[in-house]
Amino acid sequence: MKNPWQIMWREVYGDKLAFVSLVVFFAIVFVAYAWSLSFSVDDVERMYLLRRNQPPCREFWLGTDMVGRDMVVQLVVGARNSFTIAFVVSFATAGIGIFVGLLAGVYGGRLDNILMRVIDFFIMLPTFMVTIVLITMLPSTPVMLGAVLTLFGWLGMARGIRMVALRQSALDYVRASKTLGTPNIVIIFREVLPNIVSFMVVSLTLTIANTIGIETGLTFLGFGMPFTTPSLGTLIAQAANPAALQNRPWQWLPAALLILVVTMCINYVGQALNRAVDVKRRRR
Amino acid sequence: MKIILRRFLVVLPQLWLLSVAVFLLAQAMPGDALTGLIDPDVSPEDIDRLRVELGLNRGWAVQYMEWMRGIFRGDFGRSWHYARPVTEVIGERLPNTVRLSLVGAAFTYLLAIPLGFVAGRYRETLADRLIVAYTFVAIAMPTLVFALLNIFVFGFRLGWFPIMGSVDVRLAPGSAAFWLSRLHHLILPAFTAAILNTVGIINILRSEIIENESAEYVTTARAKGLPEGKVYSRHIFRNATLPLASGLGASIAGLLSGSVIIERVFGYPGMGNLFVTSITARDFPTANALIMIYGFIGVAGVLLSDIFITIADPRIRIR
Repeated sequence: MKNPWQIMWREVYGDKLAFVSLVVFFAIVFVAYAWSLSFSVDDVERMYLLRRNQPPCREFWLGTDMVGRDMVVQLVVGARNSFTIAFVVSFATAGIGIFVGLLAGVYGGRLDNILMRVIDFFIMLPTFMVTIVLITMLPSTPVMLGAVLTLFGWLGMARGIRMVALRQSALDYVRASKTLGTPNIVIIFREVLPNIVSFMVVSLTLTIANTIGIETGLTFLGFGMPFTTPSLGTLIAQAANPAALQNRPWQWLPAALLILVVTMCINYVGQALNRAVDVKRRRR
Repeated sequence: MKIILRRFLVVLPQLWLLSVAVFLLAQAMPGDALTGLIDPDVSPEDIDRLRVELGLNRGWAVQYMEWMRGIFRGDFGRSWHYARPVTEVIGERLPNTVRLSLVGAAFTYLLAIPLGFVAGRYRETLADRLIVAYTFVAIAMPTLVFALLNIFVFGFRLGWFPIMGSVDVRLAPGSAAFWLSRLHHLILPAFTAAILNTVGIINILRSEIIENESAEYVTTARAKGLPEGKVYSRHIFRNATLPLASGLGASIAGLLSGSVIIERVFGYPGMGNLFVTSITARDFPTANALIMIYGFIGVAGVLLSDIFITIADPRIRIR
């Protein structure tokens, strides 16, 4: 029998498109982190006041923005910041979601009932708007933004994990183990967890793509990252200005396309991984 | 009927909880109904006097009761930013958002049902592959990026569609040209929302059709010599669309509340746009009323879906 990681790897490696996506994604992330090391804080903040709204040229490959900052620097550092937020928030939501989902799914009973009512309640809220309200009430820092995104992000994950955990718990091998008197905590780690690992990885992957989408969306509306901290969101938010949207595509289009490429790569990998979750659809 | 009634009874406490949550959120927000009035000409004593008059010095429970009583009368208080009743301000935007959602829903189903059907019936053909590729792209597409690309290409570059507003204000209200202009303003945002919403429906429909093909009733239909086209249109299609009924309410609710970014990008004067404006202007009574309304829409959408599915599929009974 193969372990879940091998199954997942085979799905991605066997699917050409997914494999290419994975490579492209890691390449982009690597370039963003490595390249941004070469810029100092000074480089990021430097404004060429006489060369504002400069279209792409030899000196500024992607032109400059409305205050004269070099768009290449902004894009690289912005991408790195967006990735960092997306990774941190995704791992935090996954951690909480998996913990709560497993608790509810394996222990069941009253605990499950209480947790699910709490989640039902939060999911019923118009989360996007409540997120916006919370962000305006809290100090505008990347950490706060991450905290608020995590606060509402884990709900869906917990629900999904609970479902697969419940399904596993109802299977004979878990029941047999319970009958033998194995403590729940051992059942969680030894029986249920390995069997839902691929589901967790899929959820995590898609959460990363989602978080990038939400961060850029919030920033575009004016509630995300502050203008002075470049992110893919602050770059794309320049399109909120109709003049920039119409006449200066170099200020927002590269960020938009980068987001598109990244989310597509993540989704293709996610689709391939998804097949690893479902035994019937795995490649043989 | 009994089931629908029972669902209703579950919804009521949900709505009550929602109202409490929104109220607590409102209490936590900075400022109060007098914030907009504070300027150097108004003395602090006057502000204090007004605060007592408006009952803002009373306990939370009392204020909550007052606020709820207002909502039942359709009174959400006064907007600090527009200095008018919130109900009036929202009332102007609500029809626009409803129109956008309905046209968006219409586009969604008009696109998704034929595509899902073709993909399911002619699977593994070129048409199916193209449709599946389309869903792959659309599912990964962030709303904001798609909306920006659409307005940039079709609004600015090609100039086919207006780039903001909901209607050409120079036209006389009620005339045919006025309504045509309305539609013209709706097409691009509605289309943007629709494309992104088709994915789920296409996927469900495709897999349902594939699953139903091997059902026994299909074998029976074929065995009695029914033409293949009728097997699909009469038998498979009907059963495959059932799960869509359960998604209808949620999908309309999703369109109603998920349009903040789309309304913003297309400068469309709906509730989502108003929400952003009100938050930016710290106009919390308006923002609160909108959250309450969106929450209500969400709850109503789920309820509606349950009702649809009970009507459409007698097998489903909620315990």
